[in-house]
Amino acid sequence: MEASPLAVYQSHLDKGELAYQWSPVASRAVFYPRLVCPYSGSTHLEWRVASGLGTVYATTVTHPAQGEPYNVALIDCDEGFRLMSRVEEIDPMQVRIGMRVRFRVHAAEGDQLAYPVFVPAEDGR
Amino acid sequence: MTGLKRGGAAIVGAAESDLGQVADGLNPIDLMAQGIARAAEDAGIRVRDIDGLLCATTQSRTSGLNLSEYLGISPKFIDTTILGGSSFMFHVAHAVAALQLGLCEVAAIAYGSTQRTVGRRQASVREVNPFETPYRPFLPSTAYALAASRHMHEFGTTREQLAEIAVAARQWALMNPAAWEKKPLTVDEVLNARMVSYPFTVRDICLVTDGGGAIILTTPDRARSLKKPPIYVLGCGSAITHANISSMPDLTVTGALASGKEAYAMAGLGPKDIDVVELYDAFTINTILFLEDLGFCAKGEGGAFVSGGRIAPAGELPVNTNGGGLSYCHPGMYGLFLLIEAVRQLRGECGARQVKDAETAIAHGNGGVLSSQSTVILGTAATL
Repeated sequence: MEASPLAVYQSHLDKGELAYQWSPVASRAVFYPRLVCPYSGSTHLEWRVASGLGTVYATTVTHPAQGEPYNVALIDCDEGFRLMSRVEEIDPMQVRIGMRVRFRVHAAEGDQLAYPVFVPAEDGR
Repeated sequence: MTGLKRGGAAIVGAAESDLGQVADGLNPIDLMAQGIARAAEDAGIRVRDIDGLLCATTQSRTSGLNLSEYLGISPKFIDTTILGGSSFMFHVAHAVAALQLGLCEVAAIAYGSTQRTVGRRQASVREVNPFETPYRPFLPSTAYALAASRHMHEFGTTREQLAEIAVAARQWALMNPAAWEKKPLTVDEVLNARMVSYPFTVRDICLVTDGGGAIILTTPDRARSLKKPPIYVLGCGSAITHANISSMPDLTVTGALASGKEAYAMAGLGPKDIDVVELYDAFTINTILFLEDLGFCAKGEGGAFVSGGRIAPAGELPVNTNGGGLSYCHPGMYGLFLLIEAVRQLRGECGARQVKDAETAIAHGNGGVLSSQSTVILGTAATL
């Protein structure tokens, strides 16, 4: 194997893309990236790049012992996969289930590699 | 569970180890062994009669080895399945199978934790998940808060309804001398406590205590010759739906729906036949989710169902009669304590909090972040 699913996913993020896998056998999206499709058992998984649009499925505001409260959300992407993320550029208590959001990359800093976050989608579609 | 015989094994001993904040220097294996010694005394058997050993803790990689050595036994059957707080309900099903097949004759299920003494971070080392860790979820609270957000969105469940669950648990705890919490609690106090992960304040979240214990199971024949009335395993069921909250298919429906169905089918009973309900209440939302998924009320109606003190001591349905993980004890993997309380209720040993004429009980375990669900239905000899 030349590159792990995690490495491929990360290389897309480093280019500003949110990648996911598509299972031709199951005809559905797979996330997180892996070697075996959890819906079919097939090892045939294709890489695709998401549009970056999604909808907030669940949301909470976590209050750390020190520092400001922050949002943690589950986002349903339009391509049919869900991921944990954070909605930024909005008061964390104002993040609503059903809100349309758009992906952007949170740049790498220190030991933390780049990762996907979301912001409210202006046109909502 | 298919293949298991209704009443094919009985719980004959049940005991807690020291709870709360245990003596300095005690470790989880100490607490497991103490629980086993007390449960053996409760059953009227000798520790060396134990030939089946089932245990789980996050603080010992090979707890089965360590506990065998500690007790000076070489078990014929051993199982260290670890799936979070529900592990011990899985152990019950595995013990029934082993007893039914003759792999062992006396099985002990044990748990121990010193998470309060050593700190949660050391007791349960968090695994890095590149798809979740960057968002700094405060696990497990954040995951359960996400489930609560979804329940509130879909069904209009309120923070006040969640708080009612914590208040009911506290009322039960005040009747349990072994409970950690000793003072009354009001809905307002729950709502105004320190916010941890919205909608949960610290009072919507289980305690962080030390503790452990054990139960002992044997064959029905042997059970009838022992000290206490046998409590029979009537039904078992389990389901795993995910490991991480981002992979849970529907945050308002847990694997308890499937595990409950399986356990009820094996027991030949339904929710209306259950006298005592012990549910894994690591968070207030759990009680609602499991009341719904185990059929005590319809999906979405859990918030209204728990209102007005229905699950409190004077209410219609006795739920979490020991005070629960919210007010009695929660050393990290709480499932075993649900089984201990169910056994005591069915034996009529619960004093002020005793449910009158209790013949059947359900003990429902939850593990991970609503990930592993396992249901055990118990009954007295009258239910066979």
